[in-house]
Amino acid sequence: MNKPTFKSTRLRAAALALTLSAALGQAFLAPADAFAAGEPAVKLMTLRGVDVQASDPEGDGTRYGRDQAPLPRDFVQQPPLIPHTIKGYTVTKNFNKCLDCHAWARAKETGATKISVTHFKTREGEELSSVSPRRYFCNQCHVPQSDAKPLVGNSFKPGTGMR
Amino acid sequence: MDSNHKGLIGRIRSLGWGFAAMLFIAGVLFWGGFNTAMEWTNREEFCISCHEMKDNVYQEYRNTIHASNRSGVRATCPDCHVPKEWGPKMIRKIQASNEVLHKVLGTIDTPEKFNAKRLELAKHEWDRMKKTDSRECRNCHNFGSFDYAEQGRRSSKMHQTGLNEGKTCIDCHKGIAHSLPEVEQAIGSPKEGATPEEFHPETPKPEAPKADKG
Repeated sequence: MNKPTFKSTRLRAAALALTLSAALGQAFLAPADAFAAGEPAVKLMTLRGVDVQASDPEGDGTRYGRDQAPLPRDFVQQPPLIPHTIKGYTVTKNFNKCLDCHAWARAKETGATKISVTHFKTREGEELSSVSPRRYFCNQCHVPQSDAKPLVGNSFKPGTGMR
Repeated sequence: MDSNHKGLIGRIRSLGWGFAAMLFIAGVLFWGGFNTAMEWTNREEFCISCHEMKDNVYQEYRNTIHASNRSGVRATCPDCHVPKEWGPKMIRKIQASNEVLHKVLGTIDTPEKFNAKRLELAKHEWDRMKKTDSRECRNCHNFGSFDYAEQGRRSSKMHQTGLNEGKTCIDCHKGIAHSLPEVEQAIGSPKEGATPEEFHPETPKPEAPKADKG
Protein backbone atom coordinates (compact mmCIF):
# COMPACT_ATOMS: atom_id res chain seq x y z
CA MET A 1 0.00 0.00 0.00
CA ASN A 2 1.27 3.47 -0.86
CA LYS A 3 1.80 5.70 2.09
CA PRO A 4 0.70 9.27 1.48
CA THR A 5 3.87 11.38 1.37
CA PHE A 6 4.61 15.02 0.75
CA LYS A 7 6.46 16.10 -2.36
CA SER A 8 7.82 19.35 -1.01
CA THR A 9 8.26 21.45 2.08
CA ARG A 10 5.97 24.04 0.59
CA LEU A 11 3.19 21.51 0.19
CA ARG A 12 3.74 20.29 3.72
CA ALA A 13 3.40 23.82 5.00
CA ALA A 14 0.24 24.19 2.96
CA ALA A 15 -1.13 20.95 4.38
CA LEU A 16 -0.35 22.13 7.88
CA ALA A 17 -2.15 25.36 7.18
CA LEU A 18 -5.10 23.35 5.89
CA THR A 19 -5.16 21.21 9.01
CA LEU A 20 -5.03 24.21 11.30
CA SER A 21 -7.59 26.17 9.39
CA ALA A 22 -9.92 23.19 9.07
CA ALA A 23 -9.66 22.71 12.80
CA LEU A 24 -10.70 26.32 13.26
CA GLY A 25 -13.60 25.86 10.88
CA GLN A 26 -12.02 28.29 8.43
CA ALA A 27 -11.20 25.99 5.56
CA PHE A 28 -11.80 28.80 3.05
CA LEU A 29 -8.47 30.30 4.08
CA ALA A 30 -6.54 27.28 2.77
CA PRO A 31 -4.31 27.82 -0.26
CA ALA A 32 -5.87 26.40 -3.38
CA ASP A 33 -2.74 24.42 -4.40
CA ALA A 34 -3.26 22.05 -1.48
CA PHE A 35 -6.12 20.61 -3.50
CA ALA A 36 -3.95 19.74 -6.51
CA ALA A 37 -5.37 16.63 -8.18
CA GLY A 38 -4.05 13.29 -6.89
CA GLU A 39 -2.05 14.83 -4.04
CA PRO A 40 -2.96 13.79 -0.53
CA ALA A 41 -3.79 16.94 1.36
CA VAL A 42 -3.21 15.79 4.94
CA LYS A 43 -1.02 13.08 6.36
CA LEU A 44 -3.23 11.06 8.64
CA MET A 45 -1.53 9.78 11.76
CA THR A 46 -2.68 8.01 14.88
CA LEU A 47 -2.03 9.55 18.28
CA ARG A 48 0.89 7.14 18.55
CA GLY A 49 2.50 8.71 15.52
CA VAL A 50 2.09 5.95 12.93
CA ASP A 51 0.07 5.56 9.76
CA VAL A 52 -3.61 5.02 10.54
CA GLN A 53 -3.66 1.64 8.80
CA ALA A 54 -0.40 0.37 10.27
CA SER A 55 -0.48 -1.74 13.38
CA ASP A 56 0.31 -0.06 16.68
CA PRO A 57 4.01 0.31 17.52
CA GLU A 58 5.44 -2.35 19.79
CA GLY A 59 4.91 -1.70 23.48
CA ASP A 60 7.87 -0.46 25.48
CA GLY A 61 7.76 -3.51 27.74
CA THR A 62 6.00 -1.90 30.66
CA ARG A 63 3.84 -4.23 32.66
CA TYR A 64 0.86 -3.88 34.90
CA GLY A 65 1.74 -5.03 38.39
CA ARG A 66 0.31 -7.97 40.25
CA ASP A 67 -2.47 -7.47 42.75
CA GLN A 68 -1.64 -5.00 45.48
CA ALA A 69 -3.37 -3.57 48.51
CA PRO A 70 -5.29 -0.33 47.81
CA LEU A 71 -2.90 2.47 46.80
CA PRO A 72 -2.65 5.77 48.70
CA ARG A 73 -4.24 8.88 47.21
CA ASP A 74 -2.23 12.01 46.46
CA PHE A 75 -4.87 14.72 46.33
CA VAL A 76 -8.26 15.17 47.89
CA GLN A 77 -10.55 14.57 44.92
CA GLN A 78 -8.37 11.85 43.35
CA PRO A 79 -10.37 8.89 42.04
CA PRO A 80 -8.85 5.85 43.78
CA LEU A 81 -6.33 3.95 41.62
CA ILE A 82 -6.94 0.37 40.54
CA PRO A 83 -4.45 -1.80 42.47
CA HIS A 84 -4.78 -4.82 40.18
CA THR A 85 -4.58 -5.73 36.50
CA ILE A 86 -7.74 -5.23 34.47
CA LYS A 87 -6.70 -7.23 31.42
CA GLY A 88 -9.74 -8.76 29.77
CA TYR A 89 -12.16 -6.89 32.02
CA THR A 90 -14.80 -5.57 29.71
CA VAL A 91 -17.40 -2.90 30.29
CA THR A 92 -20.10 -3.35 27.67
CA LYS A 93 -23.72 -2.33 27.27
CA ASN A 94 -24.70 -5.70 28.70
CA PHE A 95 -22.26 -6.12 31.54
CA ASN A 96 -19.85 -4.14 33.70
CA LYS A 97 -17.02 -6.35 34.92
CA CYS A 98 -15.83 -3.83 37.55
CA LEU A 99 -19.20 -3.75 39.28
CA ASP A 100 -19.28 -7.54 39.35
CA CYS A 101 -17.06 -7.13 42.44
CA HIS A 102 -17.25 -3.45 43.43
CA ALA A 103 -21.06 -3.13 43.50
CA TRP A 104 -22.50 -2.94 47.01
CA ALA A 105 -24.32 -6.23 46.50
CA ARG A 106 -21.07 -8.01 45.55
CA ALA A 107 -18.41 -6.32 47.70
CA LYS A 108 -18.94 -8.35 50.84
CA GLU A 109 -18.43 -11.68 49.08
CA THR A 110 -15.49 -10.53 46.97
CA GLY A 111 -13.71 -8.35 49.51
CA ALA A 112 -13.57 -5.48 47.01
CA THR A 113 -13.91 -1.81 47.87
CA LYS A 114 -17.54 -0.69 47.53
CA ILE A 115 -18.09 2.09 45.02
CA SER A 116 -18.62 5.49 46.59
CA VAL A 117 -22.15 6.70 47.39
CA THR A 118 -21.34 9.75 45.26
CA HIS A 119 -21.86 7.38 42.31
CA PHE A 120 -25.57 7.12 43.12
CA LYS A 121 -26.18 10.78 42.30
CA THR A 122 -27.35 12.18 38.99
CA ARG A 123 -25.71 15.22 37.44
CA GLU A 124 -28.48 17.36 38.94
CA GLY A 125 -27.66 16.03 42.41
CA GLU A 126 -30.72 13.81 42.66
CA GLU A 127 -30.05 10.73 44.81
CA LEU A 128 -30.91 7.40 43.11
CA SER A 129 -31.44 4.00 44.70
CA SER A 130 -28.96 2.39 42.29
CA VAL A 131 -25.75 3.40 40.52
CA SER A 132 -26.17 6.40 38.24
CA PRO A 133 -25.64 5.49 34.58
CA ARG A 134 -23.30 8.46 34.18
CA ARG A 135 -20.80 6.54 36.36
CA TYR A 136 -20.91 3.45 34.13
CA PHE A 137 -17.48 3.78 32.49
CA CYS A 138 -15.16 3.24 35.44
CA ASN A 139 -11.94 3.72 33.45
CA GLN A 140 -12.82 7.30 32.65
CA CYS A 141 -11.53 8.15 36.13
CA HIS A 142 -10.09 5.00 37.71
CA VAL A 143 -6.89 3.64 36.17
CA PRO A 144 -4.44 0.83 36.92
CA GLN A 145 -0.72 1.55 37.36
CA SER A 146 2.16 0.17 35.29
CA ASP A 147 5.89 0.19 35.96
CA ALA A 148 6.46 2.82 33.22
CA LYS A 149 9.02 5.55 33.97
CA PRO A 150 7.49 9.05 34.26
CA LEU A 151 7.84 10.94 30.96
CA VAL A 152 8.73 14.19 32.72
CA GLY A 153 9.99 14.96 36.18
CA ASN A 154 7.71 16.66 38.69
CA SER A 155 7.94 17.92 42.22
CA PHE A 156 4.32 17.35 43.19
CA LYS A 157 3.79 16.71 46.88
CA PRO A 158 0.61 15.02 48.14
CA GLY A 159 -1.83 17.31 49.94
CA THR A 160 -1.07 17.96 53.60
CA GLY A 161 -3.91 15.78 54.82
CA MET A 162 -3.06 12.96 52.40
CA ARG A 163 0.56 12.31 53.37
CA MET B 1 -17.50 -80.16 24.17
CA ASP B 2 -21.17 -80.86 23.50
CA SER B 3 -21.80 -80.13 19.83
CA ASN B 4 -25.38 -78.90 20.59
CA HIS B 5 -24.14 -76.26 23.02
CA LYS B 6 -21.18 -74.73 21.31
CA GLY B 7 -19.49 -71.86 23.03
CA LEU B 8 -18.62 -68.65 21.20
CA ILE B 9 -15.25 -70.08 20.21
CA GLY B 10 -17.04 -73.18 18.87
CA ARG B 11 -19.47 -71.16 16.80
CA ILE B 12 -16.68 -69.06 15.32
CA ARG B 13 -14.67 -72.20 14.62
CA SER B 14 -17.62 -73.68 12.72
CA LEU B 15 -17.82 -70.51 10.58
CA GLY B 16 -14.14 -70.64 9.92
CA TRP B 17 -11.32 -68.57 11.37
CA GLY B 18 -11.00 -66.65 8.11
CA PHE B 19 -14.53 -65.34 8.43
CA ALA B 20 -13.92 -64.35 12.04
CA ALA B 21 -10.79 -62.45 11.09
CA MET B 22 -12.73 -60.60 8.36
CA LEU B 23 -15.43 -59.71 10.85
CA PHE B 24 -12.82 -58.34 13.24
CA ILE B 25 -11.12 -56.27 10.54
CA ALA B 26 -14.50 -54.93 9.36
CA GLY B 27 -15.24 -53.92 12.94
CA VAL B 28 -11.92 -52.11 13.27
CA LEU B 29 -12.51 -50.28 9.98
CA PHE B 30 -16.07 -49.35 10.91
CA TRP B 31 -15.03 -48.06 14.30
CA GLY B 32 -12.04 -46.23 12.86
CA GLY B 33 -14.22 -44.62 10.19
CA PHE B 34 -16.91 -43.65 12.67
CA ASN B 35 -14.43 -42.19 15.10
CA THR B 36 -12.53 -40.29 12.39
CA ALA B 37 -15.76 -38.80 11.08
CA MET B 38 -16.82 -37.78 14.57
CA GLU B 39 -13.47 -36.27 15.43
CA TRP B 40 -13.59 -34.40 12.11
CA THR B 41 -16.57 -32.51 13.54
CA ASN B 42 -14.62 -31.86 16.74
CA ARG B 43 -12.29 -29.25 15.30
CA GLU B 44 -12.28 -25.47 15.47
CA GLU B 45 -12.17 -25.36 11.64
CA PHE B 46 -15.38 -27.36 11.50
CA CYS B 47 -17.13 -25.18 14.09
CA ILE B 48 -16.31 -21.92 12.32
CA SER B 49 -17.19 -23.26 8.89
CA CYS B 50 -20.67 -21.94 9.76
CA HIS B 51 -20.91 -18.16 9.68
CA GLU B 52 -23.13 -18.23 12.77
CA MET B 53 -20.12 -19.35 14.79
CA LYS B 54 -17.44 -17.56 12.79
CA ASP B 55 -19.02 -14.08 12.84
CA ASN B 56 -20.35 -14.06 16.39
CA VAL B 57 -18.88 -16.25 19.10
CA TYR B 58 -15.55 -16.90 17.39
CA GLN B 59 -14.79 -13.18 17.01
CA GLU B 60 -15.52 -12.65 20.70
CA TYR B 61 -13.29 -15.58 21.66
CA ARG B 62 -10.29 -14.44 19.60
CA ASN B 63 -9.16 -11.80 22.11
CA THR B 64 -9.52 -13.99 25.18
CA ILE B 65 -6.79 -15.86 27.01
CA HIS B 66 -8.05 -19.21 25.73
CA ALA B 67 -7.36 -18.15 22.14
CA SER B 68 -4.19 -16.11 22.47
CA ASN B 69 -1.66 -16.09 25.26
CA ARG B 70 2.08 -15.94 25.92
CA SER B 71 2.75 -19.69 25.58
CA GLY B 72 0.36 -20.46 22.74
CA VAL B 73 -1.49 -23.28 24.49
CA ARG B 74 -5.09 -22.95 23.37
CA ALA B 75 -8.49 -24.26 24.29
CA THR B 76 -10.48 -24.44 21.06
CA CYS B 77 -14.28 -24.71 20.71
CA PRO B 78 -14.64 -28.49 21.34
CA ASP B 79 -12.28 -28.41 24.35
CA CYS B 80 -14.94 -26.51 26.28
CA HIS B 81 -18.15 -27.39 24.45
CA VAL B 82 -17.76 -31.13 23.78
CA PRO B 83 -17.07 -33.61 26.61
CA LYS B 84 -13.91 -35.68 26.32
CA GLU B 85 -15.35 -38.95 27.70
CA TRP B 86 -16.99 -41.20 25.14
CA GLY B 87 -20.47 -41.54 26.70
CA PRO B 88 -21.10 -37.85 27.44
CA LYS B 89 -19.53 -36.99 24.08
CA MET B 90 -22.04 -39.25 22.24
CA ILE B 91 -24.95 -37.69 24.15
CA ARG B 92 -23.76 -34.16 23.36
CA LYS B 93 -23.23 -35.04 19.70
CA ILE B 94 -26.75 -36.43 19.45
CA GLN B 95 -28.12 -33.27 21.11
CA ALA B 96 -26.17 -31.27 18.54
CA SER B 97 -28.47 -32.57 15.81
CA ASN B 98 -30.90 -29.94 17.15
CA GLU B 99 -28.26 -27.33 16.35
CA VAL B 100 -28.10 -28.66 12.78
CA LEU B 101 -31.89 -28.22 12.55
CA HIS B 102 -31.62 -24.59 13.68
CA LYS B 103 -28.77 -24.01 11.23
CA VAL B 104 -31.18 -25.11 8.47
CA LEU B 105 -34.01 -23.00 9.90
CA GLY B 106 -31.67 -19.98 10.13
CA THR B 107 -32.62 -19.31 13.76
CA ILE B 108 -29.49 -17.29 14.50
CA ASP B 109 -28.25 -16.43 11.03
CA THR B 110 -27.83 -12.69 11.66
CA PRO B 111 -26.02 -10.91 14.52
CA GLU B 112 -29.38 -9.40 15.57
CA LYS B 113 -31.05 -12.79 15.79
CA PHE B 114 -28.02 -14.18 17.59
CA ASN B 115 -27.98 -11.40 20.16
CA ALA B 116 -31.71 -11.82 20.75
CA LYS B 117 -30.99 -15.46 21.62
CA ARG B 118 -27.76 -14.82 23.51
CA LEU B 119 -29.25 -15.01 27.00
CA GLU B 120 -31.03 -18.30 26.31
CA LEU B 121 -28.00 -19.90 24.66
CA ALA B 122 -25.67 -18.70 27.42
CA LYS B 123 -28.01 -20.15 30.06
CA HIS B 124 -27.88 -23.53 28.32
CA GLU B 125 -24.11 -23.59 28.62
CA TRP B 126 -24.12 -22.32 32.22
CA ASP B 127 -26.59 -25.07 33.14
CA ARG B 128 -24.63 -27.75 31.31
CA MET B 129 -21.40 -26.73 33.06
CA LYS B 130 -23.12 -26.51 36.45
CA LYS B 131 -24.59 -30.02 36.12
CA THR B 132 -21.19 -31.59 35.42
CA ASP B 133 -19.26 -29.58 38.03
CA SER B 134 -17.61 -27.70 35.13
CA ARG B 135 -16.15 -30.92 33.75
CA GLU B 136 -14.73 -29.35 30.59
CA CYS B 137 -12.89 -26.68 32.60
CA ARG B 138 -11.46 -29.34 34.85
CA ASN B 139 -10.09 -31.31 31.90
CA CYS B 140 -7.24 -28.78 32.04
CA HIS B 141 -7.67 -26.81 35.27
CA ASN B 142 -7.22 -29.22 38.15
CA PHE B 143 -7.86 -27.21 41.28
CA GLY B 144 -6.21 -29.92 43.36
CA SER B 145 -3.02 -28.67 41.74
CA PHE B 146 -3.60 -24.96 42.37
CA ASP B 147 -0.58 -23.21 43.87
CA TYR B 148 -2.31 -20.48 45.86
CA ALA B 149 1.00 -18.74 46.55
CA GLU B 150 1.41 -18.19 42.79
CA GLN B 151 -2.11 -16.86 42.37
CA GLY B 152 -2.94 -13.20 42.84
CA ARG B 153 -4.27 -11.78 46.09
CA ARG B 154 -7.84 -11.80 44.81
CA SER B 155 -7.90 -15.14 42.99
CA SER B 156 -6.17 -16.97 45.82
CA LYS B 157 -8.78 -15.81 48.33
CA MET B 158 -11.79 -16.33 46.09
CA HIS B 159 -10.69 -19.78 44.91
CA GLN B 160 -10.15 -21.06 48.43
CA THR B 161 -13.42 -19.75 49.86
CA GLY B 162 -15.42 -20.64 46.74
CA LEU B 163 -14.15 -24.19 46.41
CA ASN B 164 -14.60 -24.83 50.15
CA GLU B 165 -18.23 -23.72 49.80
CA GLY B 166 -18.69 -26.30 47.04
CA LYS B 167 -18.77 -23.83 44.19
CA THR B 168 -17.80 -24.85 40.68
CA CYS B 169 -15.87 -22.89 38.03
CA ILE B 170 -18.92 -21.67 36.09
CA ASP B 171 -20.51 -20.19 39.23
CA CYS B 172 -18.08 -17.27 38.90
CA HIS B 173 -16.29 -17.65 35.56
CA LYS B 174 -19.06 -16.72 33.15
CA GLY B 175 -18.36 -14.89 29.92
CA ILE B 176 -14.65 -15.78 29.94
CA ALA B 177 -14.53 -16.69 26.25
CA HIS B 178 -17.59 -14.93 24.80
CA SER B 179 -19.44 -11.69 25.43
CA LEU B 180 -22.10 -11.86 28.11
CA PRO B 181 -25.82 -11.36 27.63
CA GLU B 182 -27.47 -8.55 29.56
CA VAL B 183 -26.94 -8.95 33.30
CA GLU B 184 -28.94 -7.06 35.91
CA GLN B 185 -26.43 -5.14 38.04
CA ALA B 186 -28.55 -2.36 39.56
CA ILE B 187 -27.19 0.40 37.36
CA GLY B 188 -29.76 2.83 36.01
CA SER B 189 -33.01 1.29 34.78
CA PRO B 190 -33.55 -2.47 35.28
CA LYS B 191 -32.26 -4.87 32.60
CA GLU B 192 -34.21 -7.72 31.07
CA GLY B 193 -31.32 -10.19 31.06
CA ALA B 194 -29.85 -12.59 33.60
CA THR B 195 -30.93 -11.89 37.19
CA PRO B 196 -28.30 -11.59 39.96
CA GLU B 197 -29.46 -14.99 41.27
CA GLU B 198 -28.87 -16.59 37.87
CA PHE B 199 -25.54 -14.90 37.39
CA HIS B 200 -24.19 -15.68 40.86
CA PRO B 201 -26.18 -18.73 42.02
CA GLU B 202 -26.36 -19.33 45.75
CA THR B 203 -24.51 -22.44 46.77
CA PRO B 204 -26.35 -24.35 49.51
CA LYS B 205 -24.12 -24.39 52.56
CA PRO B 206 -22.86 -27.89 53.40
CA GLU B 207 -24.53 -29.40 56.52
CA ALA B 208 -21.33 -30.06 58.38
CA PRO B 209 -17.92 -28.61 57.58
CA LYS B 210 -16.04 -30.89 55.21
CA ALA B 211 -13.16 -32.93 56.52
CA ASP B 212 -9.87 -31.16 55.90
CA LYS B 213 -8.30 -32.63 52.80
CA GLY B 214 -4.94 -31.08 53.62
